[in-house]
Amino acid sequence: MKELLRAWFREELSGMEDFLDTEEKPDISRVEHKSAVRKWEDTLLSSPEMQKMIHMRQRRYRTLYRVIAVISCIAFIAIMLYMIAHLPRYGFKNPRADVIARRYIEQGLEETGAVNIVAGMILDYRAFDTLGESFVLFTALVCATILLRFGMRDKEQSVGAPVYKTSTDNIIHMIGFFLVPAILMFGIYIVLNGHLSPGGGFSGGTILGSALIIMSASGGFDITDRIFTYKRLNILTFIALGFYSLSKGYVFFVGANGMHNPIPKGIPGAILSAGLILPLNIAVGMVVACTMYGFYSLFERGRIGHA
Amino acid sequence: MTLLEIFKIILLVLLIVCAIGVNLTKRLLPAIIIFMAYSTIMAVVWTLLESPDLAITEAAVGAGITSILFFLTLRRIGREELKDPADEDPSADSEHAKEARP
Repeated sequence: MKELLRAWFREELSGMEDFLDTEEKPDISRVEHKSAVRKWEDTLLSSPEMQKMIHMRQRRYRTLYRVIAVISCIAFIAIMLYMIAHLPRYGFKNPRADVIARRYIEQGLEETGAVNIVAGMILDYRAFDTLGESFVLFTALVCATILLRFGMRDKEQSVGAPVYKTSTDNIIHMIGFFLVPAILMFGIYIVLNGHLSPGGGFSGGTILGSALIIMSASGGFDITDRIFTYKRLNILTFIALGFYSLSKGYVFFVGANGMHNPIPKGIPGAILSAGLILPLNIAVGMVVACTMYGFYSLFERGRIGHA
Repeated sequence: MTLLEIFKIILLVLLIVCAIGVNLTKRLLPAIIIFMAYSTIMAVVWTLLESPDLAITEAAVGAGITSILFFLTLRRIGREELKDPADEDPSADSEHAKEARP
C-alpha cells in the first residue's frame, strides 16, 4: 500500500520534476534529483498526519471493496445460472438450433472440399473470425513490442534490460539439437495437413513457434537471429496477413455477388485440395509462429533480432 | 461403469483440484506449474471429447507458450525462486516486489 502511494506520488510529481530540473537546479544530475525527491516522499509518508489519513482511507475503503466484491460475485453467479437454466438440456434435440451445424456436417465436405470439417468451418464458412484472430495476435505482438522493446533512443532505460546469457549446459544443447528438427517437422506437417487431419494454422503455428523458442533457448539467440531479424519478421507477418485479407476479400466479394468462384476445390483427401484452405493455413501458421517467437524474444531480452 | 468412464471422472476431479489449487497457492512458481498441469489434463479431456483440434492447440498454447511467458515474466519481475539468491541485492528486491505485495 505504501509503495503504491509512493508510485502515485511520483506520477503526480513527474510534471513538477521537469519544471524543477530546468529552472531551479540546472546543474544537479538526474539521479541525485531523483533521490532527493524520494527522500522528500519518505518524509511526507512518515509524517503522523499523513499516516493517519492513509489509515483512515484504507479502513474506509476496505469494507466497501469487500462488499462490492461479494455483491459482484453473487451477481455473476446468478447471471450464469440464469443463462444455464435457459439452455436446452443435454442431448435435447432443438430443431431450430442445429440447422447450421447439420449443414456444416452434411455439406461441409462438398462445399469446402476439406476432409477436416473443423478446418472447413474456421477457414471457409467462418474465415472472417480467423482473420480477426490473426489480427488480434498481430496487434498483441505490436503492443508487446511497444511496451517491452529496449530501443537505442533511450539508453538510460536499457540499464534495466536483462543481461542475456546463452546456456552452456551440454544436456540442453544436445536435447535441442535432437528435438528441434522433429518439432519443426511436426509443426510443418500439422500446418500443411490442416484440411485433412486435426490441426491447422493456429496449432501448427504454435508448435513451430515453440520449436523456435527451444532453438533459441538451447543454442542461443545467435542461431535464430540469423533467420529472424526484426525486419524479416515484420515482412513475413505483413505478407501473410495481406495475402489472407486480399484472397478472402476476393472470395467474399465473389460470393456476395453470386458469381462463380474460380478457385478449384480439387479431389477431397489430396494434399492440394480444399481451395484456399491450404494457403490460408500456411498464412495463419506463419503469423502465429512469428508472434510466439516474437513474444519469447521480447520477454527474454527486450528485442527481436539484432539490436 | 467402464474403465474409460472412471478415467474420465478422475480427470475431471483432477481438473477441478488444479483449478482450485492455482488460486490457493501462495507462491507463484508452483501456481504456474499447477496451471500447466491444468492445461495438460484439459488437453486429454478434449481428446476424450473427440475434438483433437482443440487438444493440440490446448497442449501447445496452454501448457507450452503461456507457461514459458509466465516463467519469463516471473524472472523479469525478479522475485521467487527462479532467481539465484547469490546475485541478488536487497535494494532491488524491495523495489520489484511492490506490485505483488499490497
